[in-house]
Amino acid sequence: MPDLMIDRDVLIEAPVEVVWRTITDPDQMSQWFADRVELVVEPGAHGYMEFGDQGGPVVVETVDPPTRFSFRWNHPRGEEPVTGNSMLVEFTLTPEGDERTRLRVVESGHELLARPEAEKQRYADEHRGGWGEYLDRLASVLAKRDPG
Amino acid sequence: MTTQADDELWSAIGDPSRRRVLDLLVSHGEVSASWLAGRVPFSRQAVSKHLVVLERARLISRRKQGREVLYQVEADRLDQAARAMAELATQWDRRLDAIKRLAEAAHAESKQRSPS
Repeated sequence: MPDLMIDRDVLIEAPVEVVWRTITDPDQMSQWFADRVELVVEPGAHGYMEFGDQGGPVVVETVDPPTRFSFRWNHPRGEEPVTGNSMLVEFTLTPEGDERTRLRVVESGHELLARPEAEKQRYADEHRGGWGEYLDRLASVLAKRDPG
Repeated sequence: MTTQADDELWSAIGDPSRRRVLDLLVSHGEVSASWLAGRVPFSRQAVSKHLVVLERARLISRRKQGREVLYQVEADRLDQAARAMAELATQWDRRLDAIKRLAEAAHAESKQRSPS
């Protein structure tokens, strides 16, 4: 995915079903994610997550047990989250043997997902490292630039 | 959860055309909208719109010089954005670590209860 923003993963010493329950059960979600999670894990379900004194709506997108779970958030209040106005958080679970699971999370956003393949490809060539690297690069070019 | 200011920042840099404009401003310093329009494959109006969005996200600023308006990158804000991005990655690392601990504890517990 060329347009990714954040891509992290971890290897867990537990079977994929156990990891699936940990990331999709609202009671367990409140232990690793938000302070309060109101969510029905069904495609299209609207929920809410609270973080201290902040919070916001989330909308479940994909529920494909026990390997794929995704939701959208950070969309403007009062709007339906779609490609272009929200961030997509995707969890992918891959069994590695019977008792191990690779859990990957990708948080990506905005217009790119809706763009034609050719443009995505061009973008991929230009920005292989994603936005984090892009910003780092810009910041370092700026730091080197003669202030005159 | 990100703040409103972050949302503006992410959507400002989320668009490839705006990144193109930002790239040009970073590599060329202070320039005008028409100078930019001569170097991108989109219209002068599109350039103006992108500049408005970038300015609202405080990634660039403008000043008047004679009859011209010149734009330049706000270095501090760009630094801040790079740091915020790193912070977001760290946040996910912390969450994944917490998931790992929870899942491994649950698994260890169920193995104890029903040893196979």
